[in-house]
Amino acid sequence: MEATIEVTGLRKRFGAALALDGMSFTVQPGQVTGFVGPNGAGKSTTMRVILGLDAPEAGRALVGGRPYASLPYPMRYLGSLLDAGALQPGRSARGHLLWLAFSQGLTAQRVDEVIEQAGLSTVARRRAGGFSLGMRQRLGVAAAMLGDPMILMLDEPFNGLDPEGIVWMRGFLRSLARQGRAVLVSSHLMSELEDTADHLVVVGRGRVVADTSVAALLAAAAGGRVTLRTAAVPEAVTALDRAGAAVAASGDGALTISGLPAERVITLLSQAGVPFSEVSGHRVTLEQAYLDLTREAVEFRAEPAPEVAL
Amino acid sequence: MSSGLIAPRRPGLRPDRASFAQALRAEWVKFRTVRGWVIAMIVAALITVFLGIFAAGNLSIGCQSRPNGPVLTGRACTPHFPIGPDGEAVVDSYYFAHQTLTGNGSITVRVASLTGLYSSNGKGGQNPLAGMTKGLVPWAKAGIIVTDGMRPGSAYAAVMVTGAHGVRMQDNYVHDTAGLTGQATATSPRWLRLIRSGDTITGYDSADGSHWSLVGSTVLTGLRHSVQAGLFVTSPIYTVTAQSFGSSTTHGGPSQATAAFDDISRRGTWPAKAWIGTEVGTGAASPGTGIGYVRVTPGAVTVSGSGDIAPLATGPGASGPVSVFEQPLTGLFAGLIAIVVVAAMFFTVEYRRGLIRTTLAASPRRGRVLAAKATVVGAVAFVVGLVASVLAITLGLPRQRNQGSYVLPASMLTELRVIVGTAALVAITAVMAVAIGAILRRSAAAVTAAIVVIVLPFLLAVTVLPVSVAAWVLRLTPAAGFAIEQSIPHYPQVSSVISPADGSYPLPPWGGFAVLCAWAVVALAGAYVLLRRRDA
Repeated sequence: MEATIEVTGLRKRFGAALALDGMSFTVQPGQVTGFVGPNGAGKSTTMRVILGLDAPEAGRALVGGRPYASLPYPMRYLGSLLDAGALQPGRSARGHLLWLAFSQGLTAQRVDEVIEQAGLSTVARRRAGGFSLGMRQRLGVAAAMLGDPMILMLDEPFNGLDPEGIVWMRGFLRSLARQGRAVLVSSHLMSELEDTADHLVVVGRGRVVADTSVAALLAAAAGGRVTLRTAAVPEAVTALDRAGAAVAASGDGALTISGLPAERVITLLSQAGVPFSEVSGHRVTLEQAYLDLTREAVEFRAEPAPEVAL
Repeated sequence: MSSGLIAPRRPGLRPDRASFAQALRAEWVKFRTVRGWVIAMIVAALITVFLGIFAAGNLSIGCQSRPNGPVLTGRACTPHFPIGPDGEAVVDSYYFAHQTLTGNGSITVRVASLTGLYSSNGKGGQNPLAGMTKGLVPWAKAGIIVTDGMRPGSAYAAVMVTGAHGVRMQDNYVHDTAGLTGQATATSPRWLRLIRSGDTITGYDSADGSHWSLVGSTVLTGLRHSVQAGLFVTSPIYTVTAQSFGSSTTHGGPSQATAAFDDISRRGTWPAKAWIGTEVGTGAASPGTGIGYVRVTPGAVTVSGSGDIAPLATGPGASGPVSVFEQPLTGLFAGLIAIVVVAAMFFTVEYRRGLIRTTLAASPRRGRVLAAKATVVGAVAFVVGLVASVLAITLGLPRQRNQGSYVLPASMLTELRVIVGTAALVAITAVMAVAIGAILRRSAAAVTAAIVVIVLPFLLAVTVLPVSVAAWVLRLTPAAGFAIEQSIPHYPQVSSVISPADGSYPLPPWGGFAVLCAWAVVALAGAYVLLRRRDA
């Protein structure tokens, strides 16, 4: 079985609200696919449809070419973590993993393995109700890994993790992808996926806004623009114009040049003897690139927000 | 631990077809790993046992060995009842005008009239007949009988006219078949005939003495060669139950019936010539007045008697402190509440925390999840019910007996049915609560609904509801299942009030249990449909 998730034309509404509006994408093995979009964009709903928990009105979701619900022992194909808080408070971590393991025809030995590996050995017999969110995330990840699946699907796994936990989670997701597994990770914060995701499926209003590799997205967003600060504006414009670049004045006395990389701009100015105080490539973060993409699609935007919570 | 969670690939391991056994095992682990649920189940058993023992030891029976004698308590008060051929306690007291019949033969009579007296205020006194009102109680009986002997509890077959139930053929206390309807009066007398042929006794009736119809036939295994046969009259205690919402009071007293027989003919060998009058079954166990007689005139015989030939019933009309085998199970309703709460919450807590999604992601076949949950809870509840009923009965019955109560005997098989049936009642109730939990998804709503639907009707029926309403509640609601506990069946040929508090139910044991099962099936079907249709 191929380690893929294929989502095709999912459509679903909850009452008057359209939750999924033709959602389509594919998750490939050997890479971490970031599933990004603002709250309410349909990420969690899509994941529930993939797991056969919610029924779509149209479209289908296949795991390795088959509907999830038709898989025998499905957790051996796809391990998932939807909500780390979905625990019976009175049950111990080990008890939680034990029933899951038995439901997949796995043994208690496998439970003890994942407990050990998730670093939960000391708390395994404690009531899960007393766990911190970070510990619950670890327990959830351990549960997803029980069946040693080739496909992992995690909904907001960075939520509630401390910085150390975030570093661990990134390394863990990367190592899964290196082993050839398909990993789908949702987040509403693009920054969480920086240095983690290889591929991005950006969604808004129930549909895919962009389905692209991280490298391509960054390049496209930068658009080859360069910022120039100089006292000799007319000379600089003449020199660059001759080389075929478009030059525009920015509000703060700087010039924005498009069509030429920063190195070429420096070379041209140096040859023409034009003095300049700064030449900088337009540095685009993944978050800015993502913001540009979703400006149209974002449903609810906090109006003037210093930290854009997407 | 960056990649620690990744186990070495096991290429040899092929996922097998997931089986129901795996889902079952998972749900069992879910149950036993929540300590609160396990404790609640133990508490349920303890409540049942303690309430039962308390009820069994709280009968407050007192008696006097002679009028104005010292008041006795405990075993000294235990009444003794004759035991019928089928092993049940019986009432066997009547006035008998009899002769010996040797070998096969028959007797035919005409019942020209049946009249009676009854004590409406329930007072006996020195002369029980003083102050009685004219009238027949419904189950006053007069007719002909063939009996193995006059020791109370003997095997017999009889055909008779009754106060209000027409002609009946009855045998061995518990069997009853209807014949002609209507009362026997001077203008419409009844002819009755009994034929003995070996062990077989056959009864006939006729409205005119020439056209006969078969009422019934029975085999009295091992019937003596020489039997006592003749005319009998008996009349049971008259009871009136006054019902008002919240309470019912019963009063009554002995009654007496008198029948005129004529047109008597006999076939076969009847060595004696005259009728001998015998008062059968007098004493403490007799509900009669003890004043019977036979008067022989040319061509006619008048017999007057009091008492009953019937299975012994509990409740109003029972002679003496009588209780039933299942009495120590009185506390079951309380234990059941705890079990219902756990059973409903076994499903609803998963919705509360979103755990249901984990469950259904692990086992996408939802019907299988429902079945596994119901099976686990049902099995646990069965064991709890079994332990509780065994303990309550083994600890409660001796206390009941030590208090001086006569525990109506039941067959081993019946006792087994009461104990195992109680466990099954608990199990099916729990399964129904699981289904209600799956339907309603919220703990408070599901627990309330389960208690209101299952336990409350029973509590209302045994406490405040008027008897007629209670009877319908115990026919139609899941509370009908409590009938499985009854060790003594309700006999329609005995005037007794149907009251679960006394161990009688309107439906037979398995009939009532079937009603509960039907409810459980409906609830499970609803849960299955909704579980499949709804998003998790």
